[in-house]
Amino acid sequence: MAELRVNGTLHRIDAPGDMPLLWVLRDLLGLIGTKYGCGVAACGACTVLVGGVAVRSCQTPLEAVDGPVTTIEGLGQPGALHILQQEWIAHQVAQCGWCQSGQILQAASLLRQIPRPSDAEIDAAMAGNLCRCGTYPRIRAAIHAAAARLAAEGPAAGNADGGAP
Amino acid sequence: MSIGKPLPHDAAQLSVTGRARYLDDLPCPAGTLHLAFGLSDVAHGRITGMDLAAVRAAPDVVAVLTAADIPGHNDVSPNPLPEPLLAEAEVHFAGQALFLVVARSHMAARRAARLGRVEITPLPAIVTLDQALAAGSHFEGGPIVWQSAPPDFTGLEILEGRIEVGGQEHFYLEGQAALALPDEDGMTVQSSTQHPTEVQHKVADALGWPLARVRVEVGRMGGAFGGKESQANGPAVAAALAAHLTGRPCKIRLDRDDDMRMTGKRHEIRIDYRAGLDASGRIRALDLRHMLRCGWSADLSAPVADRAMLHAANAYDIPALRIESHRLRTNTQSATAFRGFGGPQGMMGIERVLAHVAHRTGREPLALRRAHLLAAGQATHYGQELDEAPLPAILDALEARADYAARRAAIARWNAENPILKRGLAISPVMFGISFTLTHLNQAGALVNVYTDGTVALSHGGTEMGQGLNRKIAQIAATAFGIAPEAVRITPTDTAKVPNTSATAASSGTDLNGAAVAAACARIRARLAAMLAAKWGCAPEEIAFEDGKVRADTHAMPFAAAAKAAWEARISLSATGFHATPGLDWNRKTGRGRPFHYFVCGAAATEVVLDILTGEARVLAAHIVHDAGASLNPALDRGQIEGGYVQGLGWLTCEELVWDAAGQLRTHSPSTYKIPAVSDMPGVLDVALWPGGAGAPAIHRARAVGEPPFMLAISAHLALLDACAACGPHWPDLQAPATPEALLAAVARARGEGDA
Repeated sequence: MAELRVNGTLHRIDAPGDMPLLWVLRDLLGLIGTKYGCGVAACGACTVLVGGVAVRSCQTPLEAVDGPVTTIEGLGQPGALHILQQEWIAHQVAQCGWCQSGQILQAASLLRQIPRPSDAEIDAAMAGNLCRCGTYPRIRAAIHAAAARLAAEGPAAGNADGGAP
Repeated sequence: MSIGKPLPHDAAQLSVTGRARYLDDLPCPAGTLHLAFGLSDVAHGRITGMDLAAVRAAPDVVAVLTAADIPGHNDVSPNPLPEPLLAEAEVHFAGQALFLVVARSHMAARRAARLGRVEITPLPAIVTLDQALAAGSHFEGGPIVWQSAPPDFTGLEILEGRIEVGGQEHFYLEGQAALALPDEDGMTVQSSTQHPTEVQHKVADALGWPLARVRVEVGRMGGAFGGKESQANGPAVAAALAAHLTGRPCKIRLDRDDDMRMTGKRHEIRIDYRAGLDASGRIRALDLRHMLRCGWSADLSAPVADRAMLHAANAYDIPALRIESHRLRTNTQSATAFRGFGGPQGMMGIERVLAHVAHRTGREPLALRRAHLLAAGQATHYGQELDEAPLPAILDALEARADYAARRAAIARWNAENPILKRGLAISPVMFGISFTLTHLNQAGALVNVYTDGTVALSHGGTEMGQGLNRKIAQIAATAFGIAPEAVRITPTDTAKVPNTSATAASSGTDLNGAAVAAACARIRARLAAMLAAKWGCAPEEIAFEDGKVRADTHAMPFAAAAKAAWEARISLSATGFHATPGLDWNRKTGRGRPFHYFVCGAAATEVVLDILTGEARVLAAHIVHDAGASLNPALDRGQIEGGYVQGLGWLTCEELVWDAAGQLRTHSPSTYKIPAVSDMPGVLDVALWPGGAGAPAIHRARAVGEPPFMLAISAHLALLDACAACGPHWPDLQAPATPEALLAAVARARGEGDA
């Protein structure tokens, strides 16, 4: 029985230690916002935050999770969206939407490390998150806009620690 | 009025909060079983034995199905030629489904599927185009030939060459998926498909049932791009078959590698050309030979190859054009629909020919292209007279916006001074025909229900795959009733609500379904107007629907009140609508007629830089001017244009499908198959909607937008060719995709070093 803190709530998980975090989240906890894309950590669709850092949940075994998990459902709520989510809507980023939770969480991880990233820094951090609809120019624009607002409004507006104790 | 406004995608809120629900996110009933296919490792062979005892004995396996278990037809083909769901006597490609495992969990099914012992006696496999040509392995019995006039090369300078353009994996982020729910006398199938009606037909056919017993529902898809037009049939039929035989709900979701190994891709094409030039460098005669990799099944190859022929001259006037189209059967995955549906392949041919002519004659490439453009009133090579010819004006706008002449000069100076980094810049136009070339598919239906609180729920025959169709449809319905788009809800596509639909394809989703929805709304409006005209003593035509109200002269009431009053007066608030595109007349046997309702035009200028030591290249800037007509939603249209360009860029630069000599696809995961990433984006991607268009003869004068922008990326390949040509005096003959290897080979050719 593993203990797992997800979006601020502590869960007791009865699953094999080698079960990928992706399926723990989707199949056991019903958090469908995290998506399966490729299963080999090469597309980024399954990205979540562990301890505030982006990881590929499809290749992270349950037993290797060493911090609180934040999924897209925990980043912000309808009515209280994270600044990244707000800017994603303002820039009309999503088309089919499948990769977008991973993109947003990867961006959250980036902004935690580099509050005002350049285009090159965005590219370096986000190049592993594939979008087949080709929304990349808008992803870049939304990240820049969110970074500017976070700098002006303070990190409290966009805390992505996922309820770490 | 909500049409014309840049309203967000209907799922904008859902997508950023993880609440958008796709098929794999739907709650499954207790006891749902999960499926996995056992696949062939052999590209071509005869099945001599199938020992599935170990599969049946594996943990949590409920059933293992083979072709013999299918009560009806073992066929998932979108055309009259059969395409088995499960192989019978022969296998035709590595990755073909042999048997189907039904188990209590997804993992149990996948693990068991590996345990089958299938004996296959290998037969010679046709893996390359050359092997297919040598074996005479054609669909449709041999090449299809169309010509506008017989090319006569007498007295003309001859230019010959070849361009090979690789195929493309769709890489929709949501893989193929289906969930079948048996009921007392029928089956409901949730399918991630662009073509719910075809899934309905194929499920009914496999079960030996009448169509009315099968209902197919489609919610939101995580991308499709043509890859779920015919390719969704197999998974859906598998789920329905297993559900029928076990009596329990059955779900299938293909693993990424299985999806890439099993399902169809864009057609690879080789084009041999022979052009006859007059003294000014104008093409007077052109002979094209199209050779397409169609894979193992006929699938949609005939219409795809037809469209490649229809777009073989793009927007240009070629006085005598002959096209010979070889649809080659190979022992590889099927080639199928993919954004552009053959159009991009056809256009690559003529753009390559013009680039070659410019190189040979030294003429400025854009001026050469302009000199070849069709004018309004002229006929295309298949005989369709153009009602309009906006490209000269679009190119004027693009030249100015991209500062083309000054940048060409700057690049020439740069290339003279820099021996390692070479730059290139090119402009290419797009003229893409809108309509299904199978004329009877150009129809659509809708069902619109108004409720007594003034809200609207509607269903139409189109499917939402990310393109924003449902938002545009909601805008059309909201405009018809003069209400806010938030008051309109689009319910999932459902064959029980709107029957006999066409695939959401050919860029026609909004044109066809939007018009059908508008027709249904008009019927309800007419009933309300008649009721209120009698009450208010005015003519029905005087009644206006706007700003949430119904009004005439000094009378006004909220739309909701009008709806309630209609209900109390026992007037129906529900209507169906139907639309059929007028004026089409196409004969595919002769290759003559009017296959298209109208055309969509645009043009792009792309600048690249190439490192000639490593073959690495980057797109520096792309400028686009595109005609979306009277755009229903400029934000969505711009998104389609940006995304289409990016996807086209992937096709022509970094995406490479590789089969080994035995016919195994070696690129079946994102670890080996590279689609564009954010790091491949140009620093500048400037998109302008062309304001000069009169609009299309379609719903609210908007133009279709899904596919045409894909071909704007041809300018990137031409720019790379331009950069290679800066390395030496010889013809670089750059092939596609322009991977670093292809670019280095082209640089070597430009220098006269051959294929070093």
